Amino acid sequence: MQLKRYNIRMAGIGGQGVVTASHILSNGMVINGGESTLVPFFGSEKRMAPVESYVRIAIDKIYEIGEIIYPNVIMIFHPQVITHGKSYTMPFYSGLKQNGVVLINSDTPIPLQPDEVRELEERQARIHYLPATTMAREVGGTDLATNMAMVGAIASILGIPSMESLEQSVRERFLGKGFVVSGGTAALDNVIEKKFAKKEQLLKSNMAVISAAYQYAQDHGWAAKTEKASV
Amino acid sequence: MSDSAGVKDVQAGKAPEIKGTTESELSAGDRQKIVTPEYMFFEAPRERAFITGSEAAKEAIRRSNVDVAISYPITPQSETMQQVGSLWAEGYVKEYFRGEEEIGVMSAIAGSSRAGARSMTATAGPGLMRGMEVIASWPGGRIPAVLLIMCRVVNAPLAIQPDNVELAYLLNSGLILFHGENQQDFFDYTMKAFIISERPEITLPVAVAVDGFFVTHARGYVSMPSKDIKLPPRDPYAEAVPAMDNENPPARLSRDAPIQKSNFISYQVHASWQQEVWAANERSRRYINKYMGGLIEVVNPDAEIMLIASGSAVSQSREAVRQAEEEHHTKIGLIKVRSLRPFPTPELREACKHAKRIIVPEFNYMGWLHREIVTALYGYSKAEIVPGPRVYGGMSMPTEMILQTIFPHKKFVF
Repeated sequence: MQLKRYNIRMAGIGGQGVVTASHILSNGMVINGGESTLVPFFGSEKRMAPVESYVRIAIDKIYEIGEIIYPNVIMIFHPQVITHGKSYTMPFYSGLKQNGVVLINSDTPIPLQPDEVRELEERQARIHYLPATTMAREVGGTDLATNMAMVGAIASILGIPSMESLEQSVRERFLGKGFVVSGGTAALDNVIEKKFAKKEQLLKSNMAVISAAYQYAQDHGWAAKTEKASV
Repeated sequence: MSDSAGVKDVQAGKAPEIKGTTESELSAGDRQKIVTPEYMFFEAPRERAFITGSEAAKEAIRRSNVDVAISYPITPQSETMQQVGSLWAEGYVKEYFRGEEEIGVMSAIAGSSRAGARSMTATAGPGLMRGMEVIASWPGGRIPAVLLIMCRVVNAPLAIQPDNVELAYLLNSGLILFHGENQQDFFDYTMKAFIISERPEITLPVAVAVDGFFVTHARGYVSMPSKDIKLPPRDPYAEAVPAMDNENPPARLSRDAPIQKSNFISYQVHASWQQEVWAANERSRRYINKYMGGLIEVVNPDAEIMLIASGSAVSQSREAVRQAEEEHHTKIGLIKVRSLRPFPTPELREACKHAKRIIVPEFNYMGWLHREIVTALYGYSKAEIVPGPRVYGGMSMPTEMILQTIFPHKKFVF
């Protein structure tokens, strides 16, 4: 049985595109015919400073508004959120519900304190380590696509939104809403054409990273494990 | 649009307020068709848009035939009046300017309303507090006007987040006060506020409040009629106190102030005047019932545990009701309070007759809604009326806090 709704807390650091990732996931859910709300949370906008974003995605109606205090999905975009405490919510799993999902961007498991290990076990948290930055670099050619890997993996784990909806969402984010590729494009002047070519390239590599991460989560059987998660 | 009953077909260039204007001089507002409030609210076909609360307010004002809109920036309201400014640029609002500060704005609203113009402004938190001196005098001045409020923290430590304690200060002012839950409410209540405000037997200002950010800056689905139609213009000569012009002197209150009389005349004037203000406030019930579906909305009316909430707390409560039913197999009731003034005293007494526990989630520290409910139900209910849960400083309320109060023996918050 697929869950109808997920309350997701994303934590990362400035410059990683955490807020962008939340917009892409949220809009993807709306495109998918569901509902979604999101609230970003950050101090002064600077690189390496803590950033959080809260996203609700659901197949049916969402009534709630505001920050998510008790998430059932947590996405950690950078190991420093855990190792350096770069987060508004400490420890990184605070408020996590029973059987919740934690997706962490790290090539290797992060050594946690015994208390943290015990608390996560008590909550029966499912912890997945995704080499998102490595994947972004290898597949997309840049660390900047780390957020795309995180989005692809979480969509794979949760089963929503669909890849088609995500692709449309990425397209709207980078090419503007309602963008339709048509023969008319050829008539655009050189400057716009150049810009468009660049954006089209950006879109392609972003989608390649999303797909790779989606497949990685499938290959590791993470999707099947979420069935028992509760809201 | 069909020429069904209720649609007054006013041909372009023939509407009374634009006599002698040539076609090319018509503004976008002049080209809108005037329809009855009933047609606008209930019959006109609607289309759904995914927009912010600020945009919902803008769209309501676009269709409300507004003469004068006066702005002064304050977070989280600024965006709304900025959008009303673009309505003026598009020709949907006749006059628009930025006031000196809130006392100036609220005074200017009093002036333009007394002169007969349909007038509106919007403010938030500290701005409301600053304008309060004048706002408190509006009801006694019988000023029909619409005030939009986007709640934010007013007490220290100051923040811009949507704590709604400021509404407590308005409860005793004499104006009519609605508290919207979401973007759709903000759209609907705002248009209905103009019509209720200008009823001859009411002639009072109406404030429409929503919680800032949660409603103003977040997107939600809003069903709206076409922007080609608008509400009928204000008729200031039909109201309880006619508009001031060369033939109608200012209302006796301002021309012949009681402060210049003997104390006993002053006391008497004050008593009768306030009596009439509050009686007018009560008379709005009929139109709140007619246009807004009542002062309250009730979900699961037979439940023994009832949640009572207004504003964003209603949304959180709806989710708690859903989770209680789907995951804990318990039906919980919910009463949404749409109108804070007039307060739904008889409605709550009736809706809570059977209740064993009443829970009042609020987005402020001192719990003004709880006090109102306790006062209304005193002697009419044996239910335990739980003060809370509450969140402070503009935090959003986790559904888990409401569930924890409903099911004290289960564990939701940790």
